[in-house]
Amino acid sequence: MKKVFSRPKCLKPAPFHYCPGCGHSIIHRLVAELIDEMGLQGKAICIPPAGCAVLAYNYFDIDVCESAHGRGCAIATGFKRALPDRFVFTYQGDGDMAAIGTAETIHAANRGELITSIFVNNAVYGMTGGQMAPTTMLGQKTTTSPFGRRSKVEGYPLKITDLIAQLDGAAYVARTSVGTPAKILATKKALKKAFEVQLEGLGYTLVEVLSPCPTNWKMTPVDAFKYLQERMEKEYPLQVFKDITAQKKED
Amino acid sequence: MAAKGKITIDQGLCKSCELCITVCPEKAIRIAETFNHRGYHPAEFVLETCRGCSLCATMCPEVAIEVYRG
Amino acid sequence: MMKGTDAIGEAAVQAGCRCYFGYPITPQNELPEYMSKRMDEVGGVFLQGESEIASINMVLGAAAAGVRAMTSSSSPGISLKQEGLSFLASLELPAVIVNINRGGPGLGNIAPSQGDYYQATRGGGHGDYRMPVYAPAGVQELYDITMKAFDVADMYRTPVMILGDGMMGQIVEPIVRHKRPDVELPPKDYILDGCEGRPSRIVKSLILDVRLMEEHNWKLKRKYDLMKKELPMHEEFMTSDAKMIVVAYGTAARIAKGAVKRVRSNGLPVGLIRPITLWPFPDEAIANITKKAKAVLVFEMSTGQMVDDVRLATNGRIDCEFYGRPGGVVAAPQEIARIIERHWLQKELS
Repeated sequence: MKKVFSRPKCLKPAPFHYCPGCGHSIIHRLVAELIDEMGLQGKAICIPPAGCAVLAYNYFDIDVCESAHGRGCAIATGFKRALPDRFVFTYQGDGDMAAIGTAETIHAANRGELITSIFVNNAVYGMTGGQMAPTTMLGQKTTTSPFGRRSKVEGYPLKITDLIAQLDGAAYVARTSVGTPAKILATKKALKKAFEVQLEGLGYTLVEVLSPCPTNWKMTPVDAFKYLQERMEKEYPLQVFKDITAQKKED
Repeated sequence: MAAKGKITIDQGLCKSCELCITVCPEKAIRIAETFNHRGYHPAEFVLETCRGCSLCATMCPEVAIEVYRG
Repeated sequence: MMKGTDAIGEAAVQAGCRCYFGYPITPQNELPEYMSKRMDEVGGVFLQGESEIASINMVLGAAAAGVRAMTSSSSPGISLKQEGLSFLASLELPAVIVNINRGGPGLGNIAPSQGDYYQATRGGGHGDYRMPVYAPAGVQELYDITMKAFDVADMYRTPVMILGDGMMGQIVEPIVRHKRPDVELPPKDYILDGCEGRPSRIVKSLILDVRLMEEHNWKLKRKYDLMKKELPMHEEFMTSDAKMIVVAYGTAARIAKGAVKRVRSNGLPVGLIRPITLWPFPDEAIANITKKAKAVLVFEMSTGQMVDDVRLATNGRIDCEFYGRPGGVVAAPQEIARIIERHWLQKELS
């Protein structure tokens, strides 16, 4: 029998520290597979967030520069402007990207920085113990919205990806999920597209990946994946918001 | 009928999240009675019916599954 | 002839700075404006970030990529960059940060002031770190010190601050534009430029193991002690026979020098020490020079910050009087001369 599925070369052998059923490590695998398949290892620079994925350098066998919370897109801008021919991507959570890092994210996109942001949306602050995030949904209970998020008090879930898709600097913006194997493969396709658009120098690229956080959602991994599809994917519909390469084909 | 595929599970990496079990179309995986060194009941491969479709490996957050086919 | 801010910009370009990230804030706008044209001419990067926080983090990215990088701002903007400075210090990444000090605290005003001394010299951000801080007092010195700052940053792998003020940035003076000195610098074997042909590298300051963090703190401390030994700079003016020593830096030192000349013409043997490095503070020099003096007067454009370091340097051996004009007031030399003479009488030095 032929081996048809194995650990990507660019993924270090270290076991993941993530909780059982966490979506981060699935996304890590996809990124590592793409780096192998697209031969990017030698020119890739990853900027992980201050969040659960801060330890990405234990897993990605590429150059990794840690970022202060929320500053990923600014640091990535510095890298890409200094080294225009390298492949630079940020890997951020919802707090990192859509709370403290909102300005850095929106302005990097607006400048059309030739970087890719992988935005893992699990609706909570995972590393710090499940607090409310900008993407926490209405009615969703977290350690800082114990009565469930109320629009009158905590405001509305922030659809930052929808905002960024409006910016001219953004060239490819999509939202996917790791809810099922099929959706995981769709995530890989979207990431690959985003990487290609960066390498072609067409503009800023963003892939939001809906991901479960079983521990802080206080669910089993299997239930968390159900909740991801039944609740989160309704609030955050999966779609390609913008793809300037698609428009080009039609022109 | 000879199995068309098979998988190996690195039981040391498994955190018993059971996702592979939920997606396997052939129900070829189950949770073992044993414990791994982390104190989890790891997933266990049942030979006969695997088609080598890789859904389990695609779903596995620990990248603990390798798939063989043919 | 060159304006202060332009001198900083040109020196940076001559020093090989190829990434400048900034944000508008008076009174340092001329520097980003200068760099926005000049960087283009030398194939460098000029980018106006969306905030000072973004700019310092862009500097961090470029520095980690191995490029000489710089940012500038003024007081409130420098407050916003403190998190970034703390990260640069721990990551041991070279960078040059210019603070054109303005009136404060709060929004303050755009007049020259020295109210940021503590913030600059005590490591204004979180954690146990220090940073070389230079206080030039003229356009030529702004030029020379900016060029030196890039070498110090690379030599010690540290952020370096140039602390000017509103006046220093605006004055226009003759200048000699030296070429970049040929300095032997350590190889940049820590940068991240893609791991082609080498193992992948990590630049990080998260150190969860407390013993490793302690080790890292002591490693930085050893580096700071080395800086304390090798970097202090100061200027002495008429100190050899001086019975009273005035201590002042930057614009305050220019004013004090005028005052010292005035009182000298009235027959009072007064001298001036001008610290050029605020950190590491030239405490040995001050201790030696004030040995023969009977009185010390510290003049600052603040309510008194460097005076503490002068008292530490003299270690209680001599009384250090303080005179300050905060808020952006630029005292005239005559005023400081009167203060010196009054102090001279109070101390019955004649």
